[in-house]
Amino acid sequence: MTDLKLLKTKQMAHFAAKGFISFPSAVPDHINQKFLDDIGKAPSENEKGMMSHYSNIMKSSTIPLVPAGTSLKDSYPEGTALNELINLPEISGAIESLVGLDCLLDHHFLHITFPQKYWEKSKTPQRSQSIHQDSTIDPRKAFDIQIFYFPHEVTKEMGGTRYIPGTHFRVVSESSISRYQNIKGQEHVICPAGTVMIFHMGLWHGGGLNQSDQLRYLFKIRLCPKRRQLRLWEEGQIKNETEPQRPIFWTDGKKQEDHLFSILTKPEPWFEMDSGRLEYLNRIRFWRYISGDDNFDADYWVTRVENEFL
Amino acid sequence: MPNSDTLRQKILVLYLSSSSLEAGVVAWSLYDGTGEYLHMPGDTEESPYQTGIEALKDGWRLIQASPLIQHSEGDEFKTGYFKYEFFFEKIISKEHD
Repeated sequence: MTDLKLLKTKQMAHFAAKGFISFPSAVPDHINQKFLDDIGKAPSENEKGMMSHYSNIMKSSTIPLVPAGTSLKDSYPEGTALNELINLPEISGAIESLVGLDCLLDHHFLHITFPQKYWEKSKTPQRSQSIHQDSTIDPRKAFDIQIFYFPHEVTKEMGGTRYIPGTHFRVVSESSISRYQNIKGQEHVICPAGTVMIFHMGLWHGGGLNQSDQLRYLFKIRLCPKRRQLRLWEEGQIKNETEPQRPIFWTDGKKQEDHLFSILTKPEPWFEMDSGRLEYLNRIRFWRYISGDDNFDADYWVTRVENEFL
Repeated sequence: MPNSDTLRQKILVLYLSSSSLEAGVVAWSLYDGTGEYLHMPGDTEESPYQTGIEALKDGWRLIQASPLIQHSEGDEFKTGYFKYEFFFEKIISKEHD
């Protein structure tokens, strides 16, 4: 591992507030092509439907089979596209900043979003995937990350992953939220080849409707920390004094959009009037967890409700 | 004459930013019992209505609203499901097709 490009405080704050971080075109074309070759191709005469395709592609693919809980550094043999991907300075730097490079691989999976013809063969009406949170109900302070790797260009017609920024701290039970069809502020991935997004494990998302005639690939890698995620990002490695509070509500009227407190208290379009404020508390408590600074606050949201005398 | 064999329900679910029907919509879903439209996740970027009241004015009948539930001790700051869920219906006669 050389040239590790650790995340900056502003990027970490964005991750804390939004629940994801994006690296457009981070992966060079030769790695993308190698990865697409590693996936392999199911013989077209066997294209009897979606499950049949998965079954064939799993047999033909050279994507490694990795036991759950394997150290990331032992997961991908040298020379493979995935080994090259996780060793890119930007990607390895983000992994180190978020979960530590000694993290464990939970699982990886090639998500395929199928075009209409595969649904017809499966005799099922084509549908987008319901919104969900991965895994199961998970109220931990520690957090896993999910690397979303898009090895080819994703056009609007391909139905790129839909995700809802800022939903990652909501404790819900997997697909129990599937009743929510559309959420104000939802985003759809449209990206150039080689784009990587890193999601907090709790971020609500779902696959879109592929209206192109091609398969859409997304390779997902879930990574778990092996130790407390404490001051792992660039400036976080230097222990600073608690940042002083600033005037709130009655201010000089100037916007300070790049200020750490502003990033952590920026609302999302879907915020309810009352519980949106609780998301600020969630983000502040997350920042306390990753910084180890138990006095940290942004615009007094947590201090106010901790001011108790027993 | 419409009867239960020809009447179908359309369901609109609005999630509002507070418990008031005048509050803004933050999420929405549509289910069409006539089979005319197949609504699905992520299919629209704009809500059909900006508030709950707008839906009432357009003829949707409110059939269920989330109750306001006291926060239990220890759970006061936890966030999860949307709190302000309103179910509306329209009854459509298939005979008019």
